[in-house]
Amino acid sequence: MVHVSATPVLALRGVSKRFGAVQALTDVDLEVHAGEVVALVGDNGAGKSTLVKTIAGVHPIDEGVIEWQGNPVSINKPHDAQGLGVATVYQDLALCDNLDVVGNLYLGRELLHHGVIDEVTMEKNARELLSTLSIRIPSVRIPIASLSGGQRQVVAIARALIGDPKVVILDEPTAALGVEQTAQVLDLVERLRERDLGVILISHNMADVKAVADMVHVLRLGRNNGAFSVKDTSHEEIIAAITGATDNAVTRRAGRHSTEAAQ
Amino acid sequence: MSDTSKVEKTEGVVETQSTVAPADDPTAAAVAVVDPRLLVREEGFKGYWTEFKRKTKGGELGSLPVVIGLIVIWTIFQLKNDRFLSADNLSNISYFLSATGMIAIGLVFVLLLGEIDLSVGSVSGLASTLFAVFVVDHTMNGWLSLFLTILTGIGIGALHGWFFAKIGVPAFVVTLAGFLGWNGLMLWLLGSSGTINIPSDSGPVHLLGQNSFFMDQAIIGAYVLAGLGVTSMAVGSFTEQRRRRAAGVPFRPTSEILLRVGLLAVASFLAAAVLNNASGVSNALVIFLAALVIVDFVLRRTTYGRKVFAVGGGIEAARRAGINVPMIRITVFAIAGGFAAVGGMFFAGQTASATLNAGGGNTLMLAIAAAVIGGTSLFGGRGTVWSALLGMLVIQSIQTGLDLLNMNTSIQYMITGAVLLGAVVIDSVSRKSQKAAGRA
Repeated sequence: MVHVSATPVLALRGVSKRFGAVQALTDVDLEVHAGEVVALVGDNGAGKSTLVKTIAGVHPIDEGVIEWQGNPVSINKPHDAQGLGVATVYQDLALCDNLDVVGNLYLGRELLHHGVIDEVTMEKNARELLSTLSIRIPSVRIPIASLSGGQRQVVAIARALIGDPKVVILDEPTAALGVEQTAQVLDLVERLRERDLGVILISHNMADVKAVADMVHVLRLGRNNGAFSVKDTSHEEIIAAITGATDNAVTRRAGRHSTEAAQ
Repeated sequence: MSDTSKVEKTEGVVETQSTVAPADDPTAAAVAVVDPRLLVREEGFKGYWTEFKRKTKGGELGSLPVVIGLIVIWTIFQLKNDRFLSADNLSNISYFLSATGMIAIGLVFVLLLGEIDLSVGSVSGLASTLFAVFVVDHTMNGWLSLFLTILTGIGIGALHGWFFAKIGVPAFVVTLAGFLGWNGLMLWLLGSSGTINIPSDSGPVHLLGQNSFFMDQAIIGAYVLAGLGVTSMAVGSFTEQRRRRAAGVPFRPTSEILLRVGLLAVASFLAAAVLNNASGVSNALVIFLAALVIVDFVLRRTTYGRKVFAVGGGIEAARRAGINVPMIRITVFAIAGGFAAVGGMFFAGQTASATLNAGGGNTLMLAIAAAVIGGTSLFGGRGTVWSALLGMLVIQSIQTGLDLLNMNTSIQYMITGAVLLGAVVIDSVSRKSQKAAGRA
């Protein structure tokens, strides 16, 4: 089972974010410990992507505090987040089709050997990384164009690990994948946890969340709407928190009936 | 993991299992095993042949169209005029291809981004005129003039790149404007005289002239170059093999290295012998070859080259990897402008003058055609700088052949147009079949 450290590696305290007249996030709290998979769920427009982008440095926060290993930090641009050790895998994977797997893994941080790209060490490290993650790829020297969707997803996740991050954010990693590929990505998420990384997993798929997450944080209309430990929470409770248990078709109907009965 | 049972029969798995994990752990088996669906090349020469057939079907044509094109063109012209394959004519081809070839090197950079630079012909013409104005009108030192001319070319390219990368004007339009504008500037500089003769007894123009040869026509010169090329390729390949073997990653088998080095040796020593039979290796060709080697190294082995390929392969991916995309675009156009200016210097060396039609006519089309025929894709992200040499061999053979047959300019234009169209068609078709074969 999970052994989480006392101090969260990443903590958001009372974070708010406005876009013009829209209050995208209001007073949101989130904690991620090392070796913990935190699922972030919520309906479309609940603020999941905005929250992730504040952590990744795409949108600086308006109010609140971001704590990194217990110390308050300011994340104003993607570079800040990368410097701290936050790696983000976006839904559109953004790999270069024409470069091979090694080239993509190290894109933007190539290893040098006397000022020249050190292909040999990069290839060796890439093979080691992929094999410790049990990633199956035909060859590290074929262009990304010839990989399947699932293989591209695992390459994108592996790419996030090259910089030795402490927290990995995965935005809908299984959204476009088949059964087998989804299982592979979920295996990979578990291996990230075994490597003592904090993982933030955004997903609409409750089965995936139940399968790998330790904690589920529900966002609703830009606010926290409950944090649950996955193993003692039922599927329905999470769904209720996502849709707003106190305000949905079922409760409204029940409410109407009770008032009619009272009359 | 469903095919674990299948792959356990292979050797690699047994090794991994003994060192890494117990035999019943399916993930451990999956680690080291090559995907069973991946085609692995068979050993020996039969393997090369099957791989070659598979690649060709998949649209990875490589230098195949060039080789076939060259054979066809050389056969036709030789049948029409038996002087075509004479040492003197081949020596001519090798000399004249270097000017447009230099322009094509710069275009390869631009094509790798998936863009186009239509101004390189005009910039090359302007460069030859500028050089002439510096040397003749201002009696400036030849080498200083050369430096200033190339710097101007780089500046012009950077300006195109800036309009494209920062303002967002399509490269096609910016460079089309440059095509007209820089040609206009050249005509204005040349004024009413129309031609400026450049003294060619010393300086860059002498160095690039038709009668200036590597090591002053010494027979040994050509063989020194050929030997240098072959040795460095052999040393490089075996060093790489040793490093890869030491690191435990797949390496090229010795037989393959020997085959490649052997092919290069045959080609380069044959070329050396032919050129020696005429009058030696021209300095222009030597500079062109040196530029190819340097640029190839920059594109394949430096972070800058990797960034160029990355921007050509996916702008969003490049941006997220922290690559400064506008910077890459501006520098690439600057490089194209610089090489266009160098090409212009080569033209000036050919005629020892700056003329009204320098860099005009079909110079631009020939340079684009050379890069594309040589195998650099118009769609970005794929290609090597060697396509400038291979493509120019084809293009210059056609030019020289048509000259030998005393063809009219009208015919030359039509044939050049057809060749350019043919090259682009090959590129598009091969890209389509690459997509179908999952390689693009």
